[in-house]
Amino acid sequence: MINPLDALAATGRSVIGVCRYTGEISIFAGNGLSNVLRPPVFWRMLWQSFVEIAFFSLPVVALTAVFTGMVLALQSYTGFSRFNAESATAAVVVLSITRELGPVLAALMVAGRIGASFAAEIGTMRVTDQIDALTTLSTDPMKYLVTPRLVAGTLAMPLLVVVADVLGVMGGWLIATAKLGFGSGAYLVSTMDTLKTEDVVSGLVKAAVFGFVVTLMGCWHGYRSKGGAQGVGQATTSAVVSASILILALDYVLTEMFFAR
Amino acid sequence: MTDTPKIRLRDVRKAFGSKVVLDGVDLDVRARHGMVVLGGSGSGKSVTIKCVLGLIRPDSGLIEIDGRDVSAMTDRQRTEIMDRTGMLFQNGALFDSLPVWENVCFKLLAQKRISRAKARDKAAEILAQVGLAPSVGDLSPAELSGGMQKRVALARAIAAEPDILFLDEPTTGLDPIMGAVIDGLIVDCVKRLGATTVAITHDMASARRIGDDAAMIHKGKIIWNGPAATLGQTGNPMVDQFARGEREGPIQMELRK
Ligand SMILES: Nc1ncnc2c1ncn2[C@@H]1O[C@H](COP(=O)(O)OP(=O)(O)OP(=O)(O)O)[C@@H](O)[C@H]1O
Ligand SMILES: [Mg+2]
Repeated sequence: MINPLDALAATGRSVIGVCRYTGEISIFAGNGLSNVLRPPVFWRMLWQSFVEIAFFSLPVVALTAVFTGMVLALQSYTGFSRFNAESATAAVVVLSITRELGPVLAALMVAGRIGASFAAEIGTMRVTDQIDALTTLSTDPMKYLVTPRLVAGTLAMPLLVVVADVLGVMGGWLIATAKLGFGSGAYLVSTMDTLKTEDVVSGLVKAAVFGFVVTLMGCWHGYRSKGGAQGVGQATTSAVVSASILILALDYVLTEMFFAR
Repeated sequence: MTDTPKIRLRDVRKAFGSKVVLDGVDLDVRARHGMVVLGGSGSGKSVTIKCVLGLIRPDSGLIEIDGRDVSAMTDRQRTEIMDRTGMLFQNGALFDSLPVWENVCFKLLAQKRISRAKARDKAAEILAQVGLAPSVGDLSPAELSGGMQKRVALARAIAAEPDILFLDEPTTGLDPIMGAVIDGLIVDCVKRLGATTVAITHDMASARRIGDDAAMIHKGKIIWNGPAATLGQTGNPMVDQFARGEREGPIQMELRK
């Protein structure tokens, strides 16, 4: 006989599980962020993480942006030509890039690079007792390992997205002028006419949130990993997967907040 | 005052899941003395020290340092205790992202007792005490042999001249002569700095050298404690079997026949 309460119990368990997960991450994030106001600040660690995220992610983010801009121009041109609306190409490219694709694709790329590497590095430190060692060496591991990374992620991501925005538009411009017969000046004028400050700003706010989420997932999964190499591997996977899902879900929430009135 | 033990454990219990590791550990460590903790592999020695350091939270029981309950301490008080504590982890736990010299001086730098410019020389000085050349300071921990890593880890533990020194197998993996040198260094920490040391070791010669007192842990309890000098003829059959490394005796290794 199937007890109907079993189904209820299973549902309850997963709800409690999600609540606990959310609660733990919130406490972790709160703890990590509150350290910003409490010295000491580990500038060296902050700078290292910043360079790692902002500088060394440039090539992947740049390539992603250029190709996305190119594809976008091509697709919207062929799509809109059915309605004789080819002239909207520039507008579509710049709005899609600045509002959505710039921040989301850059963040997904950074999730793969940085989320994974932070989870692996901090996870290895956890399973080899290095995090415990920090505590015995008068250093708060949250302050030393987590806070600088969270801050670096939040600050570096918008910079990357500025680059992605510019390169994405350039990619579109390249295809439009070289292949689709747009005039170079006209395309850029049309781009600038369409663009409003809030398009760029909303994209940069998204970028900052995504940067925080990616580094938070990397640090959190690494920090609580256990069980040797296998545990670190799992932490790395979880960091990338959860960061990617959160980016897409939060993108919807933020878009709703900015544009749905 | 001299009667208050530096570290006191009463009925400390810890289980991981259903596996009981510590089943009521009672232990007193005298101030400015060396305590060695003996016990079979997997008997919970490392877990015991991690409990004292607050790195593992025991399920129940009392742990006091200088007569103060560790579990009731504020973060600040705990930090103060950590500031004057050194710990050598069983696997070294060196920071592999930092060069050896920065590992050694990590605590001095963290406490701002030394500038980065002077840290390199200071590190060379401490490395010399554990028998390592100054050039080792510029290597990364991954470039060292196991025994060298252990000595760097010891150098890091003693660099800030701790008041309490925890050593998880300080001489495992060292050659006999280097082992004796390290033992001498540890004894020196007790004598010169007035430190209290708690050392885990499997090496009886080393135990007699660095320990004033000894305690043996078996099946989650302290089954014996007494002067380290008597190890081997304590009258307790289990301890004597362990100290002499005999196969026959009251301690039966749980091997499949
Ligand atoms: N984090 C942990 N999770 C689960 N079990 C653990 C954990 N840490 C230790 N144990 C278990 O606790 C027991 C005691 O471990 P501990 O490391 O204290 O042994 P030990 O006495 O130091 O042994 P050795 O001499 O081999 O170092 C072991 O059986 C181990 O499986
Ligand atoms: Mg051990």
